[in-house]
Amino acid sequence: MSRVHDMGGRFGDGPVVPEPQGIPALGDWQARALALTLACGSLGQWNIDVSRHARERLSPKDYSRFSYFEKWISALADLLVETGVLTLEDLKGATSAEIHDLADRMLKAEAVTGVLAKGGPADRPSLKPIRFGVGDTVRTRHPGGSALVDGGHTRLPSYAVGATGRILSLHGAHVLPDSNAHRLGEAAEPLYAVVFSASELWSHPEHPNDEVVLDMWQSYLEPV
Amino acid sequence: MQVCPAGQGRSSTSSLLQALWTKGAGQAGQGGGTISFMPHDDHDHPHALLPPEPALRVKALETILTRKGLVDPAALDEIIDTYQNRIGPKNGAQVVAQAWSDPDFKSRLLDDATSVVADMGFYGRQGEHIVAVENTPELHNMVVCTLCSCYPWPLLGIPPGWYKSDAYRARTVREPRKVLAEFGVTLPEDTAVRVWDSTAEVRYLVLPMRPEGTEDLEVEQLARLVTRDSMIGTGLALAPEQST
Repeated sequence: MSRVHDMGGRFGDGPVVPEPQGIPALGDWQARALALTLACGSLGQWNIDVSRHARERLSPKDYSRFSYFEKWISALADLLVETGVLTLEDLKGATSAEIHDLADRMLKAEAVTGVLAKGGPADRPSLKPIRFGVGDTVRTRHPGGSALVDGGHTRLPSYAVGATGRILSLHGAHVLPDSNAHRLGEAAEPLYAVVFSASELWSHPEHPNDEVVLDMWQSYLEPV
Repeated sequence: MQVCPAGQGRSSTSSLLQALWTKGAGQAGQGGGTISFMPHDDHDHPHALLPPEPALRVKALETILTRKGLVDPAALDEIIDTYQNRIGPKNGAQVVAQAWSDPDFKSRLLDDATSVVADMGFYGRQGEHIVAVENTPELHNMVVCTLCSCYPWPLLGIPPGWYKSDAYRARTVREPRKVLAEFGVTLPEDTAVRVWDSTAEVRYLVLPMRPEGTEDLEVEQLARLVTRDSMIGTGLALAPEQST
């Protein structure tokens, strides 16, 4: 029912290993994988939710053994084939040298700064009525998972499914990833920061006053 | 070891590609056969057709895309230069130091960080919606993304390896204090921890507490006390004597 990326609360991962402050130095191929993934975004064949879902759909075996940028580059290859930009023959190395139909969308060096600085805001005008106010008690949907597509993308983590919390703030209306990741439309709806007591989420919370805040779309929530 | 039939060697680029795939297969085989490169038409996971070794996998994909006019290697260099040399935690440190120095700025930052940091020139991909959360003696904030590794890139740059690790993603929501201890941070018993799991496109910036004995410092001096980790919540701002 869940996917391997949905690891919040999992046991057994060992210690977190701190690193020096400042900008982390990427290895050569890691930097290249990052840049290649961002550059391919300019081809306009997917959105950020489609791209996240592509990483999540790596097999559990691949997801677990791949390093971070191996996930990126492998999911990128999968996306390029799924969207028809490349063929399986291309990936096999039997690729033609013909200029691609999408070549006019290629990200040029001089456009990089502008593209990175522009970003892609996720807030949208929305007529969906705002259902909850700050301080309201809400419960997250149970069972969890995508309500739209079986096994589909969602941003409701398993550890917070069916949990009762309180509305901390309203972020405005944001694109719904559960829909957008499957090209079913942006379906923007109100997005809230919802605070949950650690004792609501965990059987052995570290401290009675600790809390976890998650950003939750309105359709993930029901009134209590 | 099976190796897929590569291109027909029509051009020198084809030969280069063929070399990448053949090399990839060879390297995989040297490891004792635990990772075998067995190309097959797996429509669910086309990436398996690329060479398995990560550096070769990236090189192969870049070569294919460049050849088709879909990627400009100079643009890749530019992206890498941006994130290795220009955008990093110094951006966020400027914001924090300004907030420590100017109560009005801090109030506006806590109210609407996105527009305040955009005015300082910090906006862009993975920083379209920023919320600043303030640490106090009563409340310590920490940021994680359990589902992937969302991070406020325009303010902090590339995330460190540990932020993207399974251990940090899995444990921070359940046992933040044990994670903090691994960073050498122990909070007072009466300080609550609030962990922010970045499940949407909102990116959180922790405003660490201003260290004692810094009343006379200017904004630039204060900024040197603000570490990357203190803005994620896995560290505290440095005391003046800790700063180099």
